[in-house]
Amino acid sequence: MDPSPKRDNGSPDTSVGAPPSARRNTTFFLSFIICFILWLIFSGRFDAFHITLGLISSAIVSFLSGDLLFTASRPKGILRMWVRLAWYIPWLLYQVFLANLQVMYLTFHPRLIDKIDPQIIEFESRLKGDYSRTTFANSITLTPGTITVNVTVLGRFSVHCINTKAGEPLPGEMEKRIAEVFRE
Amino acid sequence: MMDTFFLYSGIFLGIIMFLSLYRAVFGPTVLDRLIGVNAIGSKTTVMLILVGLLYNRVDMFVDIALAYALLNFIAVLAASRYFQKKKGLYEEAP
Amino acid sequence: MINWLSAILVIGGLIFFFGGSIGIIRFPDFYSRLHPAGKLDTAGQLFTMSGIALYIAQDASLHTFLTAAKIVLIVIFIYITSPTATHAIIDAGVRAGLKPWTKEGQS
Repeated sequence: MDPSPKRDNGSPDTSVGAPPSARRNTTFFLSFIICFILWLIFSGRFDAFHITLGLISSAIVSFLSGDLLFTASRPKGILRMWVRLAWYIPWLLYQVFLANLQVMYLTFHPRLIDKIDPQIIEFESRLKGDYSRTTFANSITLTPGTITVNVTVLGRFSVHCINTKAGEPLPGEMEKRIAEVFRE
Repeated sequence: MMDTFFLYSGIFLGIIMFLSLYRAVFGPTVLDRLIGVNAIGSKTTVMLILVGLLYNRVDMFVDIALAYALLNFIAVLAASRYFQKKKGLYEEAP
Repeated sequence: MINWLSAILVIGGLIFFFGGSIGIIRFPDFYSRLHPAGKLDTAGQLFTMSGIALYIAQDASLHTFLTAAKIVLIVIFIYITSPTATHAIIDAGVRAGLKPWTKEGQS
């Protein structure tokens, strides 16, 4: 008698965020722009034939796999997030430079065995998203004396430290900066 | 003058690659060999660009270096995914 | 002037590479060998590649700028993939059941 339950069964849940078509268009255009810029840099020729080829092939690639690069749960915040990520990079490079000096000091030290004390520590992180956890794990691997071993689904990080001093300040400032980048 | 400098940097890089080859040949486990191969591959990427500078064809050798970096990454990923299932990996040698 | 700067950058990168190779030989076990292999090699690549890119881009034309941009893209690619490769190797070690070297064990 009442047709409304039947109609509601088929329609997907569009209550979260933007409607799916707009989401798909945003991811398509962003990955199209990135693909085309990469094409321009890598081909190095700017006549009409090569630019047409690049337009066609980057359109095909971003149509087929546009939703791999951006999951687009929040289409509006993507550009600002990338700008904040670009501000995070120089601090990370400075930390990487300090880390390399420390590992160099350990490497050329004559009594190497006394200096190191390898162990695996574990801690909980408050980061939730995939991108933020990936960035945090890669940053841990790049910085002083620590390598990420495993990250569970619940956000539990296992980290291999070269000595006790390297593992002490771990969730600290880096996690704060990444949480500020991804607004979590 | 800069050509001579790049030539001697390339030779020094080759000597460093032989040092890494020690771990790839005598490594106690398979994963130690994998570390040695990965280190050699990351030095080869720089070495290719130095060779391109010596031949004055950097625009061509840069593409080869990019392809080599991709290939090195995929080879290390595939090898580590393959060897993690092997039982008795840590019993190869004392 | 730019020649000297790029030469200093290349020499710094070569020192980092040298430290990485010595570290791979000297460290006692598989897990701690990954520390110099994963970090010093990426730093050496960053320094040498930026030195070479600076040397290439000093005679300013579109062609050399494109080549320098390609080198910068290689460095960005390496900085994304090198931690992933390190993590893949250490994950294979954990799953195969290799015991980490500790100071108490002295194995």
